[in-house]
Amino acid sequence: MSAHAATEQSAFTGEIPKPNTAWIWKTFWILVVITAIEFAIAFSMTSPGLRTFRNSIFIVMTLLKAFFIVGEFMHLKHEVKSLIWTILIPTALLVWLVVALVTEGSYVGEVLSHMFSS
Amino acid sequence: MAHSTTLQPTAASAAYVDAPRTGTWDGGNEPFKASYGKLMMWIFLLSDTFTFGAFLTAYGLIRHKHGVFTGQAKDFFFSTAHWPIPEKVFNAFPGMHGVDLPLAFVALMTMILIFSSVTMVLAVEAGHRMDKADVQKWLLWTILFGSMFLCSQAIEWTHFIGGHEEGTRMADGTIFHGANLVMNQYGPPLFGDLFFFITGFHGTHVFSGVCLLVWCFIATTNGTFEKRGHYEMIEKIGLYWHFVDLVWVFVFTFFYLV
Repeated sequence: MSAHAATEQSAFTGEIPKPNTAWIWKTFWILVVITAIEFAIAFSMTSPGLRTFRNSIFIVMTLLKAFFIVGEFMHLKHEVKSLIWTILIPTALLVWLVVALVTEGSYVGEVLSHMFSS
Repeated sequence: MAHSTTLQPTAASAAYVDAPRTGTWDGGNEPFKASYGKLMMWIFLLSDTFTFGAFLTAYGLIRHKHGVFTGQAKDFFFSTAHWPIPEKVFNAFPGMHGVDLPLAFVALMTMILIFSSVTMVLAVEAGHRMDKADVQKWLLWTILFGSMFLCSQAIEWTHFIGGHEEGTRMADGTIFHGANLVMNQYGPPLFGDLFFFITGFHGTHVFSGVCLLVWCFIATTNGTFEKRGHYEMIEKIGLYWHFVDLVWVFVFTFFYLV
């Protein structure tokens, strides 16, 4: 029934609408510029004292890129709120897990180097 | 309409079967106003996020457990005592032997993957307009960029396994080149393991994505989606493809930049 109707519809060669791609290229350029800035920082900010600051910039820019990929390319920004939260809340818990175990890792390293070696 | 299944609806319910369902609990409701297929893809991607999240968590813990090289970057040397600085490990470019080009090749790989994401959105957009020729064109570009990325990764792995010319002197006095799962010239053994597992797992995802895209291209060419009346399959595969790109964004930051 419905399959048959669809076949008839596609046999009719209607006019194809013009592509609407401006927003895609805009997102593309945002991603390219962020990546370029990341490279510029990777090579200009090499002092060991600035390492934490540099890495925080990298993480912020990564999250920014993730926002544009997920929000625009994967269209999540335009889905209903409940779907957005269904995806974001478990992911946020995952970020917490990463932060917790990074902290734990520093502690494990400290214990190993101070308690078990001379 | 003729049913060929063994489960035939009873005569009394025939009219009911034909009518679109509208009730809350009998299939008339779309949770989150998203179609079944797209919702399933989102939930699958969430579970895949957990997989890569596990890798990232393990990476964070192991990396912070190991010592950091505290000197200036130019004085850096490979040792199992500290975690390597990525730009000292990944500084080769195919065809430019012996030239120090830190992160140049991985920059190229990142650009290839961003490009493939853009061509994928363009394919989805063409699907919305039922433009078969455009869908085919953009799918082919996406397949091309995806395959280019896989080739680049093969080169990257070959170089990582083969190692730098000078190698690193190990504890027993021998010089070791390259990497395997037990030891490597760049740093602690787990550095090599994490490289193989994280980029390998990501590469496997890209490979699956390319296979799905090739199938999509064949189905588009055969007119399967046109007959169906919508190109939602491209959208679902597109979601997967962008997710793979997203994972690379994180791998790139945490493995190559930080």
